Amino acid sequence: MATQQTRSLARFMMAPSVILLFIWMIVPLAFTLWFSFLQYNPLNPIRDGFVGLSNYKLFYDNPAFFAAILNTLTIVVAVLLITIIGGILLALLLDQPIWGQGIVRILVISPFFVMPPVAALVWKNMIMHPQYGVFADIARFFGAQPIDWFGQHPLTAVIIIVAWQWLPFATLILLTSLQSLDGEQKEAAEMDGAGFLSRFIYLTLPHMSRAITVVILIQTIFLLSIYAEILVTTNGGPGYASTNLPFLVYQKALLEFKIGQASAGGVIAVILANIVAFFAMRAVGKNLDK
Amino acid sequence: MARAVTTQHKTIATAAAWIVALLIFFPILYTIITSFKSEQEAIQGFALIPSGTFESYSEVQQQSGYFKFFFNSVLLSVGSTILALLIAVPAAWSMAFSPTKRTKDILMWMLSTKMMPAVAVLFPIYLIFRDTGLLDSRIGLMVMLMLINLPIVVWMLYTYFREIPGEILEAARMDGASLWKEIIYVLTPMAVPGIASTMLLNIILAWNEAFWTIRLTTTNAAPLTAFISSFSSPQGLFWAKLSAASTLAIAPILIMGWFSQKQLVRGLTFGAVK
Repeated sequence: MATQQTRSLARFMMAPSVILLFIWMIVPLAFTLWFSFLQYNPLNPIRDGFVGLSNYKLFYDNPAFFAAILNTLTIVVAVLLITIIGGILLALLLDQPIWGQGIVRILVISPFFVMPPVAALVWKNMIMHPQYGVFADIARFFGAQPIDWFGQHPLTAVIIIVAWQWLPFATLILLTSLQSLDGEQKEAAEMDGAGFLSRFIYLTLPHMSRAITVVILIQTIFLLSIYAEILVTTNGGPGYASTNLPFLVYQKALLEFKIGQASAGGVIAVILANIVAFFAMRAVGKNLDK
Repeated sequence: MARAVTTQHKTIATAAAWIVALLIFFPILYTIITSFKSEQEAIQGFALIPSGTFESYSEVQQQSGYFKFFFNSVLLSVGSTILALLIAVPAAWSMAFSPTKRTKDILMWMLSTKMMPAVAVLFPIYLIFRDTGLLDSRIGLMVMLMLINLPIVVWMLYTYFREIPGEILEAARMDGASLWKEIIYVLTPMAVPGIASTMLLNIILAWNEAFWTIRLTTTNAAPLTAFISSFSSPQGLFWAKLSAASTLAIAPILIMGWFSQKQLVRGLTFGAVK
């Protein structure tokens, strides 16, 4: 058993990580909370001072606020749906015996390693550009009018780009889970005359449920804070059509210098993330016990 | 008969898988192709065969000094990873081998810091960086990236360390090895594969981090994420150049990523899916 000495040494070894992360978590957040009660404008400091909850009210009354919340949730839900359903289908396909499986896997996983600004720029210019993009070329080939993605369907465009980045991640994790499914069980089910669909519903899907949970949780954390993709493609527009909560906070803070309001938005973003985190933690915690 | 069906099945599955895979990979492939076109060709419509010019690559380097950004990316991702490992290895070691009742809670809490939206603390961090002169400095950003990824590093190391059999440590202890000797001669050799995997994944994450690296840098410390984002401002249609810059920015990490697929699953699911 651990001696007193080992125990205090263990504590000593853990200290740097714990202290650093504690400072990292508490100090900036305390500032944000404090700023959220201030009128604070670095460019026009004359009226700066304590204003209570009015920043929250201003943020709340801003029509952009609900648009941003709605857009944030739309991005999360839409991308989750696309990547989970697409990921399951792709994992099932890649789990078949195929020639060149190694290369296929490499091709499929690649988008995940592309940094967000590159992904956004490539899609913006080379794929979705209304005049010179590949989509426009395809549309013209079929005699159709090319779609102005970022002008008319900005949020859809952002969702497509983000889904392209995350589909590989979902596929890879679901495929890994699928491959750990016991082959004998599958064969037994097959012998018993279970068709593909019933095998999928009663055997494969339950087996993958844990992986699906993990994919949902991890993607949600990242999807709640999508930023670079919006900055590079639509800049939140037209209007607020593709502004999500992180982007709105960024606009308020670094473009309009309304630090008080931005901080109030930040606090709201933290609350939103915490609600999600609460469920995330419980699920990951459960898996830890195994 | 059965054999024929299998072959047919395999052929169809192969064709379907390759078509889907190529569609998913297409934007990357097309970027690489376009990078070998001239600016003229790049906007002339869909074409898969480039003229094969290296013009854009040399122009990207001449005009914007690509290698400075590349160097910053390497320095920041590798530097922040090593920093994170130095702090995380002892912590993960003690959690894996001398767990207490609170170990699990501490791990959970560490993970929860990862869920704080970066944008919520953007301005305080910006102020702190400005007032301490860390804005646009490599050291400041390196510490930042280290803090962001520290929870994942601790977690990954913890899941690897936990699989090292404790009896070996017991045996070493019986032989009278001190704790530090135990770490250096017994644990380290067994832990190296796990540490290497963690390092690989963390370098990828740090390389692609695109919030703080864009917001806290201007010129000196700017890595490739900031460099590429500068192309988003309207400056005409320089797609061949954009493609060349993009290809250069993603190539190293793409290749590293191909080698780390397994670790990726494990690392990013905190050991829940293997």
